[in-house]
Amino acid sequence: MQSDNKDAILEVKSLKMHFPVRKGFFNKTVGYVKAVDDVSFVVENGKTFGLVGESGCGKTTVGKTILRINTPTSGEIIYKGQHIENLSAKQMAPIRRDIQMIFQDPYSSLDPRQSLGSILKEAIVCDGKPHEREEIANTISELMVAVGLDPIMADRYPHELSGGQRQRLGIARALACNPSLIVCDEPVSALDVSIQAQVINLLRDLQEKRGLTYLFIAHDLAVVKNIADTIAVMYLGHIVELMDSSEIYEHSIHPYTQALLSAVPITDYYAEKKRNRIVLEGEVPSPINAPAGCPFQTRCKFASDKCRKAMPPLTERRDGHFVACYNV
Amino acid sequence: MEDNRNILLEVKHLKTSFFTQAGEVKAVDDVSYYIKKGEIIAVVGESGCGKSVTQMSVMQLVQSPPGKIVGGEVIFEGQNLLEYDRNSPEMRAVRGAGIAMIFQEPMTSLNPVFKIGTQLSEVIMIHKKVDKKTAWEEGIKALEAVGIPDAKSRMENYPFQMSGGMRQRVLIAIAVACGSKLIIADEPTTALDVTTQAQVMELLQSLVKTYGTSILMVTHNLGLVTRYAERVYVMYAGKVIESGTTEDILMHPVHPYTKGLLNSVPKLDASDEERLVAIKGQPPRLSELPSYCAFYPRCPYACEECKQGYPILEEVGPNEHFCACWMKNKEVAHAE
Repeated sequence: MQSDNKDAILEVKSLKMHFPVRKGFFNKTVGYVKAVDDVSFVVENGKTFGLVGESGCGKTTVGKTILRINTPTSGEIIYKGQHIENLSAKQMAPIRRDIQMIFQDPYSSLDPRQSLGSILKEAIVCDGKPHEREEIANTISELMVAVGLDPIMADRYPHELSGGQRQRLGIARALACNPSLIVCDEPVSALDVSIQAQVINLLRDLQEKRGLTYLFIAHDLAVVKNIADTIAVMYLGHIVELMDSSEIYEHSIHPYTQALLSAVPITDYYAEKKRNRIVLEGEVPSPINAPAGCPFQTRCKFASDKCRKAMPPLTERRDGHFVACYNV
Repeated sequence: MEDNRNILLEVKHLKTSFFTQAGEVKAVDDVSYYIKKGEIIAVVGESGCGKSVTQMSVMQLVQSPPGKIVGGEVIFEGQNLLEYDRNSPEMRAVRGAGIAMIFQEPMTSLNPVFKIGTQLSEVIMIHKKVDKKTAWEEGIKALEAVGIPDAKSRMENYPFQMSGGMRQRVLIAIAVACGSKLIIADEPTTALDVTTQAQVMELLQSLVKTYGTSILMVTHNLGLVTRYAERVYVMYAGKVIESGTTEDILMHPVHPYTKGLLNSVPKLDASDEERLVAIKGQPPRLSELPSYCAFYPRCPYACEECKQGYPILEEVGPNEHFCACWMKNKEVAHAE
C-alpha cells in the first residue's frame, strides 16, 4: 500500500489481533477471535483517518492496539518512524502521552469522585516534570476555554454536567498532554443530534488550531464523512474498502459500503423517495467462526465460489481507492 | 380532525408532571396528537424533551409518585383511558392487547431467566385466554411472522443466546401475537447496528401493511422519520412545537428548532469543507423553564417579542402543518 509516506505519522502494516478463546479447567485454548485480521493503513500528519463499521467489526480493537492497550499478535505499528508494536510499558510511556484517546461514553470515562479540575490536573502532571501550582491552574483554565467550558466549572463534578459538556471535558483531558495523535472512539454517538454537531465542529476547530491528527472511529458513515479525509470501511476484522472521503458518496464500490450508505439516514424527503434501499439479510457472523474467504460472503448478493475460498486482496482501483472484492 | 372513525388514538392536552424536591417538573405540558388506523407517525425530540414520558403516560406506566398525569384525555378507540385506574383490569387489557410498547434496550425488556417461548406464550395465555400448549403454538407462529428463522427451536432459547436485532424481533412478536392495534416503538433501533436497524424498521413497516397496525415511533433520528413516518410531531421541553406531514417538516420547516435540528444532521452529499450548523447551547432543564418560549435562549431569531409568553400551536400551512413560534409569520426574520 502507500508505503514510505513522508507525511505519515502512523503506519499500520498487516496488523493482526487475535484473542484466544479459553475453555475448561485448564484454560485450554479452543479457538481465536480474530478481532483484527491483516489490517494496513497510513494516517497522514494533520489529517483525519476515519474507521467505519458495525459493532464487532474490530474498529475499536484497532484503536486500542495502536495505543498498545493490546499487544498485537503480529504486524507492525510505526509511529513517527518508530516501531512501537513490541515496546515495553516503560518505553511506551512517553509515546502514550503523544497518542491520546477520547472515549464513547462520557458517563463512564470520567471519575465521578474527582472534580473537573482534578481530572485535568492528573493529565497535566503525568509527564513527571515539576509543575508550579499556578501554572497548573492556568493550563486547566486554558484547556477548559479551548473546549468551550467555563473555567469556573473546574470545581464541579462530572454528575453536574450534561453529556455534551462531559464529552468536551474528555476532549480537554486528551489535549492536556499536548498530543499529536488522538484516537477518537465513537466520540459523538452517545450525544443528542444538536450536541453532536457542536462536538464535531469543536474537533474540527481544534485540529485546525493545533495541527492534530485524528484516528476517528465511528459507526455512523455520515459523521465520519463529515470529519475524515480518508475513510476505511471495516467488516469482521478486515478493511474492505479504503478511499478518500470525497469518493464515498458517489464512487464507493464494495457491496458492504453500498449497503452501509443506503442505511444512512438522510433528511432530504425527495431524495429519500428516489433512493434505492439495500436491506442486508442476516447478521454479522461471529468472529470466532468467521467463514473462510471473504467475510462478507454470507450477506453478499454477488458471492461466488471464489469468494468462499480466499479473502480478496485490497487492490487499488483508482488513485488512492482500494477495494477488497472479486466481483465489483 | 376530518374523519373521527379512522382515528385510533387521540391524545388531548395531556399534562404529566413529576413532583420532586426541586418543585414541579412539567415533563409533558399540554401535548395533543392523534394517530389513524394503519398509520406510522413519529415523535421527534432530543433526550429529556418529554417524548418518552408522553408515551408512558398513554400507557399509564409513569412511576407514581413522583410522576402524575395532571390533566388531559387519552382516547383510544373512543374510550378515555385516563378514566381507568392504572391497575384496573380494563387498563391491563389495553396494555399488550390494545397498545403494545417496544423499548429501546431489547436486553432489559426481556427477562433473562426465562425462555423466549415462556415469555411469549405467557402474554398470549393472558390476553387470549388459551391453554399453555395453544399459546406455545401461537408463539411459534408469531416468531415466524417477524422473520425469525427456525422459530420452533428459538422458542427454547434464552434472551442472551440471541443478538440485539433478534431480541427486538421477539418484542415485536409479542406485540403481534396479541394482535395489538397500536405499537408504540420507543427508540426501537437506537441500540442496533445500522444494517440491523434497517431490517427492524422494514419489519415494522410490513406489519402496517399486513395487519393494519398503527405505529407510533419515538425517535431522535430524523433519518428514520424520512423513510418511514407519514406525519411528524417535533417536541421540545415538554411541548409539541411543530407538527405536520413528513414532507412539510423536513422540507419546509417553520420552527427555528426544527430547522436547527435538520441542519445539525451530517449530510452525505455535502462537500468536505462544509461545517455543520449546530444549535448553540444545551437543552433546558425541565425544572427551570422560563415563562416564555423554552427555545428562546438557543434561538437564532429570538427577540423581545418572544418573551410575551408561551407561543401556541397555530396553523402555518395546508395539510395540518402547525407551529408554535412567535416569529413564524415573519418570513423576513427567518430568511437566512
